[in-house]
Amino acid sequence: MREMIISELSQALHDIARSFAHFLPRLIVMLILAVLGWVIAYVIKAVLRSTLRLLNFDKLSENAGASQLLSKAALPSATEMLSRFVFWVAWLGFILLGVSVLGIMGLQEQIAGFFLFLPRLFVAMFIMFLGLLAASFFSRATLLAAVNANMPSPRVLSLAVRSIIVVFVFSIVFEELGIAEQTMLVAFGIAFGALMLGLAIAFGLGGRDLAQRFLEKRVVRGKRQENEDEPSPL
Amino acid sequence: MELAEESFLTDDFLRQLINVGEVDILVGLPTHNNAKTIGSIVQTIQSGILSGFPRDRAVIINADGGSRDGTPDLVTGVSIDDLRPASKVEALRTLHAISTKYANSPSSVLALRTILAAAELLHAKACVVMSPESSNIEPGWISKLLSPIYREGFDLVTPTYSRHKFEGLLITNLLYPMSRALYGLRIREAYSPEFGFSGPLGTQFLGRNVWNDGTEGDGVELRFTLSAITGKYRICQSFLGEKKHVERRAADLVLALRQTVGALFSTLEPDFPVWSVVTASQPAPTTGGGQPSHLEPLRVNRKRLREMFSTGVSELESIFQSILSPDTLAELKRIAGMGEDEFYYPAELWVRTVYEFAASYQKSVISRDHIIQALAPLFRGRTFTFVTENRNASADEVENNIESLCLEFERLKPYLLQLWKSGE
Repeated sequence: MREMIISELSQALHDIARSFAHFLPRLIVMLILAVLGWVIAYVIKAVLRSTLRLLNFDKLSENAGASQLLSKAALPSATEMLSRFVFWVAWLGFILLGVSVLGIMGLQEQIAGFFLFLPRLFVAMFIMFLGLLAASFFSRATLLAAVNANMPSPRVLSLAVRSIIVVFVFSIVFEELGIAEQTMLVAFGIAFGALMLGLAIAFGLGGRDLAQRFLEKRVVRGKRQENEDEPSPL
Repeated sequence: MELAEESFLTDDFLRQLINVGEVDILVGLPTHNNAKTIGSIVQTIQSGILSGFPRDRAVIINADGGSRDGTPDLVTGVSIDDLRPASKVEALRTLHAISTKYANSPSSVLALRTILAAAELLHAKACVVMSPESSNIEPGWISKLLSPIYREGFDLVTPTYSRHKFEGLLITNLLYPMSRALYGLRIREAYSPEFGFSGPLGTQFLGRNVWNDGTEGDGVELRFTLSAITGKYRICQSFLGEKKHVERRAADLVLALRQTVGALFSTLEPDFPVWSVVTASQPAPTTGGGQPSHLEPLRVNRKRLREMFSTGVSELESIFQSILSPDTLAELKRIAGMGEDEFYYPAELWVRTVYEFAASYQKSVISRDHIIQALAPLFRGRTFTFVTENRNASADEVENNIESLCLEFERLKPYLLQLWKSGE
């Protein structure tokens, strides 16, 4: 009996030692991958940061209105944010690669899912950046056109254009990420509909007199007044 | 006649040019739906050639932008025989008139390119471009714009006009003073639909890489003048008379800014080696003297100008923060709050505003077209001050005020250089 216990115990210890001996190289490989990943991610971050600075990415981000958002949230510049994001994604990728080497059951699918998600994440970020850029450009164009045409409430018009584009962009981004697609679709429909209804009510009821005066001024007398009252610039 | 290997001109137009052969004088006439006026303008041009250059080979080239009212037919249909009974001088050579459609929609850049290409192919010695909208064109204009080139060896002749003192304020308050301060030559009408040029200057401009770049479309006439200055061609001015248009319309200010200020700002970058070393301006030789500005009363809605300035400053503040320095913006906000009686946009502040806009345009702090559009309300503020200052001024006093503004542009030029270098 005693011998059996000792035998089983030694067998168990032997198995543990063998498993540990079998596991240790994998753990070392994982640690090596994590350290190597950190170095590679750091190099990628440094190269990306320099490239973005050369390309004046911060100015582009400022034009898109993204810099203002980051500044309000007390976050670093767009170049720094993107560099850090890429660093973490790259390092996390290496760490997960290392974890997959450990051969832990159940984690493999999650890790594969993460790598499959990455391209969609980058596409979504790209769409969001371009969308913000477009929203900023078109809202500014609307503001300038409205001011130069002497239209009432130019900032409201500009904000409306920006809001419509931003809502549209975010609905595409969430759809790309596959997050709550149905909810986003419904939310987009409600937000867009509410915006249109609000504008219709504002112009149709609240601003009825204003709209009447505005149209009278523009259509009936505007052209003649403009002809008489502003000297030709050329 | 040498034909380029690849020409953008149509085969039919090339065939007509070959039939004409070489010419001494070419008159370019860009048109688009000008049927109402074009007949009399072509007759006046023919009369001008007949009286000023009867022994020389001449051709009228009509570059049409897709007219639907039969303008090209009217150009080619006008017979010189109609003029002969009234004219004492007989043309000794055939006066040709050719029309070509360069596109289905008007484009000043394509029209000028067509005219320059035709001038090069025909080896024209002296050329003149005439506006189809000049209702008061006289036969003498042809000679005034061509003779300095054909007989005195000049390369570019720009016109000067007699105008109302409150007309052409973009020219007198920005284009003329700034181009003069930067390029060092006092050309009053650097952007004009009428001008004369020599064959070599036309060929030089045709060869420049300005035709396929989308940004070069606006203000090609101004680019032509500035190109002549930077190329050190001989330039003079010729007084034509009163400036009138077919119909008096409120010109679209933003469009005018794009065509003039946009063109000027965009040339500053490639021309930096030239204008950065110019320290003073020289007068350009001028023939025909000039007439004082018209002084008759002209209704100007100053209240609307001031309101549009104040609204612009307040509504576009976020845009101005990207373009202007904090000091300039603060000063603009201060005067935007002034009432109509005390409102005053001083010359120095106006010059600083324009220079900061030019530097921001170079740095592309936002879309360049948006920078130009943002200048419109500020220009209205400056217009208000100019109109107020010169309401009761004589022609000489108006000229003195314009001259002092020009000197302010010249005095503050180092400020532009400083801004420019900080952006490099």
